[in-house]
Amino acid sequence: MSKLKIFTRGFFSENAVFVMLLGLCPTLGTTTSAVNGLGMGIATTFVLVMSNIVVSLVKSQIPDKVRIPSFIVIIASFVTIVELTMQAYVPDLFEVLGLYIPLIVVNCLILGRAEAFASKNKVSDSILDGLGMGLGFTMALMMLGAVREILGSGSIFNISIYEGDGALVFVLAPGAFIVLGYLIALTNILTKKS
Amino acid sequence: MASKKKSSFINMVVVLFIVSAIAATALAFVYQATKDPIKQAKLEKDKKAVGIVVPKFNNDPVSESDTLIIGERDQLIFFPAKMDNKLVGVAIKTYSDIGFTERIKIMVGFTPDGKIFKTAVLEHKETPGLGDKMQKNKGNWSEQFTNLDVPNIQDTDDDGILIEVKNDQGTIDAITAATISSRAFCDACERAYNAFKKIEK
Repeated sequence: MSKLKIFTRGFFSENAVFVMLLGLCPTLGTTTSAVNGLGMGIATTFVLVMSNIVVSLVKSQIPDKVRIPSFIVIIASFVTIVELTMQAYVPDLFEVLGLYIPLIVVNCLILGRAEAFASKNKVSDSILDGLGMGLGFTMALMMLGAVREILGSGSIFNISIYEGDGALVFVLAPGAFIVLGYLIALTNILTKKS
Repeated sequence: MASKKKSSFINMVVVLFIVSAIAATALAFVYQATKDPIKQAKLEKDKKAVGIVVPKFNNDPVSESDTLIIGERDQLIFFPAKMDNKLVGVAIKTYSDIGFTERIKIMVGFTPDGKIFKTAVLEHKETPGLGDKMQKNKGNWSEQFTNLDVPNIQDTDDDGILIEVKNDQGTIDAITAATISSRAFCDACERAYNAFKKIEK
């Protein structure tokens, strides 16, 4: 597989949210606005790249039967490091995202990439895979957040577009499912093989 | 590619032990390194909030702060703000436990005549998009509390609580779809006001 393909498939053909439907818990929970989606995506990308690197480095040292617990310990450590560092040095950003950071541990996208890709491939390819998947995830979260923010709060990136409160349902969980359903349908139409 | 380690009992125990040990060591280091900056950041936040919620002052309210014990084990911190040694306001760090999730912490500033000057939210875990509209940067809801004249509010349902949302016969408009969060905000302000009356004496 070419390097470019490893990087770009995370955006379209194997997009974590729209195609593989991985990591839906943080996806639905955090995308009440475009900014929240963007922040969560970036934090996830960082953890994904770091864990992919470490998993790829130690892959030959981990016996098969204990690989999942080992990967989870590695991922959880990076998440905690991100949380503490953000709290200490960028408290303003932590104020917005703090609620969601611990959720990254249970994002099966990260464990999925560690298991399916990083534990079988070279470090350089694993970095590319982590970046591509992470940025594709970020893009999906931002789109979902933007649509929900426009319909639910009448603004985008906290800039007001129209007066009033918008349709409240889109800020709540049911709205997340509705918007996600339509976005997946749209992706399927656009990527349909003729 | 080097061959994989066999999943023998010894191998599994050793590998899991090493992985956990390395992770624990790394986390301990990060915790140590970030402990003080986190404390500093929280203190900085208190300081910033005090600056927002009381009129202009030129003393250092944080170094002159004091605590007031309320109830069994809870305490409120209050920060006196002075201009040329004349008291111009008191900021009180207060809380409420009746919010939608965990404890809400807010800073409420009073002028010496008992009016609320301004408020600022310090910490909360209310629903993003609903209850978090209590934050200044997410809506103008909290402007209702600016210059709120607490002593002049009538207690309409005689339960001894002055600051209440309209659903509870009060005077405060609740946030749409977040009455519980609004009620908690009022509860925190009320607690601060009662504390203010106590330290006034």
